[in-house]
Amino acid sequence: MTERSVASRPPTTVGDVVAAVEVEDLAVSYGAVKALDGLSLTISPGTVFGLLGPNGAGKTTLVRVLSTLLRPGGGHARVLGHDVVREPLAVRLMIGLAGQSAAVDAELTGRENLEMVGQLYRLPRAEARRRAAEILDRFDLADAANRRVGTYSGGMRRRLDLAASLTGRPPVLLLDEPTTGLDPRSRLELWAIVDELRDAGTTVLLTTQYLDEADRLAQRIAVIDAGKVIAEGTPAELKAEAGTDVLRIRLDDASAVAAAEPLLADLAAPGTSVDTADDELTLRVVRPDASAEAVRRLDGHGLHVSVIQLTQPSLDDVFLSLTGHTAATGEEETA
Amino acid sequence: MTDTTVRRVGLVDRGGRQRLSLAGILRDSRVMATRQLRKTLRRPTYIVFSFVQPVIFVLLFRYIFGGAIDTGSVSYVNYLMPGIIVQTAVFGAMVTGIGLTEDLSTGVVDRLRSLPMARSAVLFGRTAADAVTNVLTLIVMTAVGLLVGFRPSQPAWRLAAAFLLVIAFSYVFSWISAWVGLSVKNPETAQSAGFIWVFPLTFASSAFVPTESMPAAVRAFSEVNPVSLCVDAVRSLTIGGPSATAPALQTLAWLAGLLVIFVALAVRAFRRA
Repeated sequence: MTERSVASRPPTTVGDVVAAVEVEDLAVSYGAVKALDGLSLTISPGTVFGLLGPNGAGKTTLVRVLSTLLRPGGGHARVLGHDVVREPLAVRLMIGLAGQSAAVDAELTGRENLEMVGQLYRLPRAEARRRAAEILDRFDLADAANRRVGTYSGGMRRRLDLAASLTGRPPVLLLDEPTTGLDPRSRLELWAIVDELRDAGTTVLLTTQYLDEADRLAQRIAVIDAGKVIAEGTPAELKAEAGTDVLRIRLDDASAVAAAEPLLADLAAPGTSVDTADDELTLRVVRPDASAEAVRRLDGHGLHVSVIQLTQPSLDDVFLSLTGHTAATGEEETA
Repeated sequence: MTDTTVRRVGLVDRGGRQRLSLAGILRDSRVMATRQLRKTLRRPTYIVFSFVQPVIFVLLFRYIFGGAIDTGSVSYVNYLMPGIIVQTAVFGAMVTGIGLTEDLSTGVVDRLRSLPMARSAVLFGRTAADAVTNVLTLIVMTAVGLLVGFRPSQPAWRLAAAFLLVIAFSYVFSWISAWVGLSVKNPETAQSAGFIWVFPLTFASSAFVPTESMPAAVRAFSEVNPVSLCVDAVRSLTIGGPSATAPALQTLAWLAGLLVIFVALAVRAFRRA
């Protein structure tokens, strides 16, 4: 037998640092539909990169190309310097994939699932066993380790799915909408795990439909629409580009609104004005203290504020300001 | 977390690039076979139901249709059992394709294809595990046969040869079933598609009735049908009669050809699925 163990080699370095993920002009078509249409992006090692976009924007397609499940029709994609088409095995040794569904076997126990995936990551058997125990512990699944996954709750299954993607200690983790369908508590737990992984040096590509999630986790965000990157930057840059917070104030009646409008006019973001409707005013604001200032001014003029609400721009707002159309939601991505 | 010096097994360096070694591929196949056997054995109701249909067939033909079928000097139950055992082996093979479509729909196949494992190992492991399950089914069917009056008359080595031939038959048909399943991709369609090719093969054969009574065209088909050839060989190897050599060799020729073709087709379909 020719079997021998080979320590996985570090990626060849170009310049000082090799990009964790490098995508150039990537194109994928399903028949006449262009799922990816010249998409390019670069992810620095040890960072969390948020890929933000509505259903059908091409997020899952990109993840499938990077995880070697789908051959691109054009362009290049490299993971730690390895081309996904020419060196799929090298890429698979470097990545962990957790998708939208819990890709674990219901008839096997949590431990068996992880030991199996560990062995398929080419870990020696004893190492796979040790690693499974360690990771079950860390994902708070030790008590359920010897139970069949069929008896797990939805949140536990997704946690196990994520755990499975980490059994091979991949330096690059691909998370495709990891929080879709999770309850709020599981969502927070997953966020904490992503933070922890990044602190330990793992590069994470995370796709999401939620701006707050990308904002919370990612150092850089790319917004994609129709298979193209339409904006990229830090969360702060993006939000600034996407627009401003929206301040909504409800007063007692229309006459109070009429009196309030001139008081607040200078708080509205440059180029915008205060909108009024019945007993409500809506304005886009940039000053961080805009709501406190508004309340102070209205109070000083004896105007009673019944409701005040400050809303961060949503994905829809980002889309509206970047593309001029709202994010088309509700359509399932086909890949 | 990120530890690029983890020791990996089953890799070889070839031309400066890592590849899977043969030992690595075998290891992956063993891991996948273990997975499948655990999955199958932990669904006891599923196993029981997989026995029910063939047993009903035995009872149906033994006690209801059998009386009207003339098999000459051979008792119908002795004629029937080799046929129904081969039919069960083919039906058992259909599980392979249906199971693979289930793995496709849960996302497990996507995970496996993203791992640094041999993609063919998913299919080699699965078909090997299904062969083990089919050995169990075969033992149950033989026991049921003995209960309803099946009396093999041949020496042990011939019975063992019959047994091996049926398992080989089932194994090769698992690969056909795998290709069908991976091509249609959906469990319900795989089930229906399975019946479309399995029914004509098993019924337009010498499994249940002598082919002499069939119309010329059907008879011509049934005489080259690998199910007929296998049944004829198994019949001769268990209850005697015309020589087993010709049908056994023809069956093996069929199996070798089908195996080469459908391993290639199934692995290709898996890469694309």
